[in-house]
Amino acid sequence: MLRDITLGQYYQTESVIHRLDPRVKLAGTVIFIISLFCFHNIWGYLCAALFLFAVVKLSKVPFKFMIKGMRSIMFLLLITVVFNLFLTPGETVLTIWKLHITKEGIRIAVFMVIRLTMLIIGSSLMTLTTTPNNLTDGMEKAMSPLKLFRLPVHEIAMIMSIALRFIPILMEETDKIMKAQIARGADFESGNIFKKAKAMVPLLVPLFIAAFRRANDLAMAMEARCYRGGAGRTKMKPLIYKRRDVAAYLLLFAYLAGSIVVDRVPNMIAKAPVEEQVITTAGTLAETDLIDLNGLDNIQD
Amino acid sequence: MSIIKTDKLVFEYIRRDEDGNVEGITRAVDEVTLKIKQGDFIAVLGHNGSGKSTLAKHMNAILCPTEGSIWVDGRDTKDESEVWNIRQTAGMVFQNPDNQIIGQVVEEDVGFGPENMGVPTAEIWQRVEESLKAVGMYKFRKYSPNKLSGGQKQRVSIAGVLAMHPKCIVLDEPTAMLDPNGRKEVIRAVRALNDVENVTVILITHYMEEIIHADSVFVMDKGKVAMQGTPREIFSKVEELKELRLDVPQVTLLAYELQKRGIALPDGILSIEELTDEIVKYSRSHGERR
Repeated sequence: MLRDITLGQYYQTESVIHRLDPRVKLAGTVIFIISLFCFHNIWGYLCAALFLFAVVKLSKVPFKFMIKGMRSIMFLLLITVVFNLFLTPGETVLTIWKLHITKEGIRIAVFMVIRLTMLIIGSSLMTLTTTPNNLTDGMEKAMSPLKLFRLPVHEIAMIMSIALRFIPILMEETDKIMKAQIARGADFESGNIFKKAKAMVPLLVPLFIAAFRRANDLAMAMEARCYRGGAGRTKMKPLIYKRRDVAAYLLLFAYLAGSIVVDRVPNMIAKAPVEEQVITTAGTLAETDLIDLNGLDNIQD
Repeated sequence: MSIIKTDKLVFEYIRRDEDGNVEGITRAVDEVTLKIKQGDFIAVLGHNGSGKSTLAKHMNAILCPTEGSIWVDGRDTKDESEVWNIRQTAGMVFQNPDNQIIGQVVEEDVGFGPENMGVPTAEIWQRVEESLKAVGMYKFRKYSPNKLSGGQKQRVSIAGVLAMHPKCIVLDEPTAMLDPNGRKEVIRAVRALNDVENVTVILITHYMEEIIHADSVFVMDKGKVAMQGTPREIFSKVEELKELRLDVPQVTLLAYELQKRGIALPDGILSIEELTDEIVKYSRSHGERR
């Protein structure tokens, strides 16, 4: 179960996406995530899904790697769906005992699932195609203006890159400690959630000690290799924008513009005939925005 | 000229109780005086707590002597302005391969040292390529270190040090956490560095098999250098080594036991071939009598 988390794991292969400048990928991920939360109807999401699908195909990362990352947030997804489904006020569709499922609830729940799924796939795509060192290099360079405000940008980037490097190692360590304790009769599986949480405590203590010991060793190894902070350091892989990065930026803005258009236009068209024609149906339409297929019908009218 | 020279080197660990009061002082290194020649393969032996790791950390200016002095390539480690030059001259490889690999990709890790030294980008790539080839890990340059075996990781660590172009490499029990195959791999790589690139190697270990090829061996006990000599000289003193709680290689032990039973074999036999040759010689000269 601990090995399933792909977030922060690099998938080694040769592709255009792998070769892109990390700053492009960072900007891309941020824009993509923001765009996900701005859409109003299914067309925007369709546009985002197409974009995501194209990038995934280009990256040559097997799709199952991204699905693996999804498994760990299944629970979160479930909670979001349940809460949205039952607790959104509005027009009741179905009533089970005291709980009402509303039209608005369904809509929000569906959108939430789409959003979170694409968010996870999008962000794990970034970490799958960018080496953590490369990623933190990108962040360091993108944030370097903040150095003027005495923000230790290089140090933050280094801390992050090391943290990412040690995630799989500490996972393995956790697994090992767990097995060692299970072998001596510890029980991590049974009982309610509080009991399970309590069972984790004896796991955390050795894990923390091991982590500190590792940190100590690593610090010594870094010093032995002449590490003394960011000043006077050269880069093995300096970040220089290439033609493909410019092209990627252009594509990114094309996506952004395209998705805004796709997202807004059906609404505007849907609203346009409202004034002339049937006010009653248009009124409900504008309120719900529910999977705007109705809007499309209007256009055909 | 000697690459490393120590003069009555002393290092003391101060033990403290929970309130931070001094409880006692442990002398980890006790008046060690030695000289190591450029280009030599040196082995430092000793059981746990003999002070060999502490001594090694002085050679890289990670620890500073309590008393006495140590010079690395003529530079005193107490001189703070020289610390980075010293670390560049004497690279260090540690025991746990996982705790010294910083990069997420092999080549990035090897480039870490040169990056810190401010080497220009083009030269970093050249150094990375050379170092990875020297330890036979070039084809793994794009791999994640997590996917490598222990021996391979340790070779990457050696390449990482090598890319800094040191005159001397100190290896602090590099094989302690490896399986026999990994151990062989690492020792082979280290010997190649010494033979081909003429890098001074200081190998700290408690595996006897690894010191057979050394030019000179230091045996440490309780912070002092207890014995010093060529591997043959050291291994001919089986009883003394046993007193220091060290084992000799099985072949040497077998030869020693045969000697004790009255079979005239020379002292300090180090390899199986050597022993079989000597036994054949012995049986030829004694065979006719039977």
